[in-house]
Amino acid sequence: MAPILKVEDINVYYGSIHAVKGVSFEVNEGEIVTLIGANGAGKSTTLNTISGLLHSKTGSITFMDEHLSRFPCHKIVSKGLAMVPEGRRIFLQMTVQENLEMGAFTQGKAGIDADLDHVFSLFPRLEERRRQVAGTLSGGEQQMLAMGRALMSHPKLLMLDEPSMGLAPILVEQIFEIIQELHKAGTTILLVEQNAQAALSVADRGYVLETGRIVTSGTGHELLESPAIKKAYLGG
Amino acid sequence: MTFLNFLISGISLGSIYAIIALGYTMVYGIAKMLNFAHGDVIMVGAYICFYAVSRFSLPPLAGVVLAMLVCTVLGMLVERLAYKPLRAAPSLAVLITAIGVSYFLQNTALLLWSSNPKVFPSVVGNGKIEMFGGQLTISHVTIVTIAACVIIMLALTWFTGNTRMGKAMRACSEDKGAAQLMGINVNATISMTFAIGSGLAAIAGVLLCSAYPTLVPTTGSMPGIKAFTAAVFGGIGSIPGALLGGLLLGVIEIFAKAYISTQLSDAVVFAVLIVVLLVKPAGLLGKQIHEKV
Repeated sequence: MAPILKVEDINVYYGSIHAVKGVSFEVNEGEIVTLIGANGAGKSTTLNTISGLLHSKTGSITFMDEHLSRFPCHKIVSKGLAMVPEGRRIFLQMTVQENLEMGAFTQGKAGIDADLDHVFSLFPRLEERRRQVAGTLSGGEQQMLAMGRALMSHPKLLMLDEPSMGLAPILVEQIFEIIQELHKAGTTILLVEQNAQAALSVADRGYVLETGRIVTSGTGHELLESPAIKKAYLGG
Repeated sequence: MTFLNFLISGISLGSIYAIIALGYTMVYGIAKMLNFAHGDVIMVGAYICFYAVSRFSLPPLAGVVLAMLVCTVLGMLVERLAYKPLRAAPSLAVLITAIGVSYFLQNTALLLWSSNPKVFPSVVGNGKIEMFGGQLTISHVTIVTIAACVIIMLALTWFTGNTRMGKAMRACSEDKGAAQLMGINVNATISMTFAIGSGLAAIAGVLLCSAYPTLVPTTGSMPGIKAFTAAVFGGIGSIPGALLGGLLLGVIEIFAKAYISTQLSDAVVFAVLIVVLLVKPAGLLGKQIHEKV
């Protein structure tokens, strides 16, 4: 398995705050890889840097043998890299269908209906509400919409930032089932989570971030069993 | 019958405010900035049309099209040179820059075209329709103004609701970061918004000067401020709000002139604005957005 995404020595700053310190990791094709860590560890900053919303001062990000730092943010999605941002960030004043159409912004008009059908088959609730304004959806439905919207661009690598945030346990379960379904269908997934238990149990590999640095890595199973991880992130 | 006359001229004036307010509201909605130079783009449009028609004897319609082209380019140029470098700057810096651009345009106009007032030839002639034995008169300018406003509103509503670019504009106005993640080029979208707003400003300038034919380099500033008020009145960022705000402002202004006092009409207009904002801080059609967490 070749790495589809390779992050090498990135350093990201917010003004004088050094948020990500020399982070390197890779994601192989067909894997689910998770970045776990506490609040402020630099997980979301790392994802935002990969998707081009933020920029690293050093190092490189290579996606399918192309250096991403050469491209402005809006060019990156057409390379096959989509992100479901933290807090969902769907377009609240647009309808469900319009949100999904925005997800397909870089795709031609031709395949859009088939893609809509595909998303609706994954998330039947969205089809029922396709003409509804997204702001009226419940939190779980909004998360589904955010995921559906990202899928509209046919990503080879899907990055999910805290998909379980603020959701009821039953919905978290549903979201993780869908993540596994997408994975089975061939999408590579990079998952950022505070819910370490859930994330590690679906992940092939995981990296643990602490104050901007990767402190541990291993397979999902190894990390779940590691006493140090248990103590810090899994509640003993 | 005089009431009806006043109402119609109020709607006509309000239509002009509405067209200008659209420029303010669209730019605010997407770039989250108040482009106080917008009023002066109106003036530039009017001058271009004036010279095209009265000096170069172009047909009026060609004059309008030329004015739109010049203003579209001017709007994009202003955005590119003055506002784009400040994309990450505090909004106060952008606001001050916009005021600077406004004075720059006014003074450039003063230099190029002098302070002598020009008498603007109405682009639709001076004809009028008389009804009820001459008691109700509607000039052709009024009809064209109202029609232009309706057409522009319908076209923009269709554009933002049904086209790929229009939807991208709405996406940008909600969340630029998320829009970029969708693959939308935010800079190009902002540039296009300025282009549309400035093109509309040219139309507004020509219509304004056809109804009130004195053209000086400061012609655009008062209607600009009034239209900004109209945009806030209706709910800044909202296209139907700009229409409603513009029309109400025009009608209130004309009624205040007719029934209260000519000198106090502006005071009445702004007093109404203050009352509306006290009751509905987001404007008449402005939405207060609650985010789900």
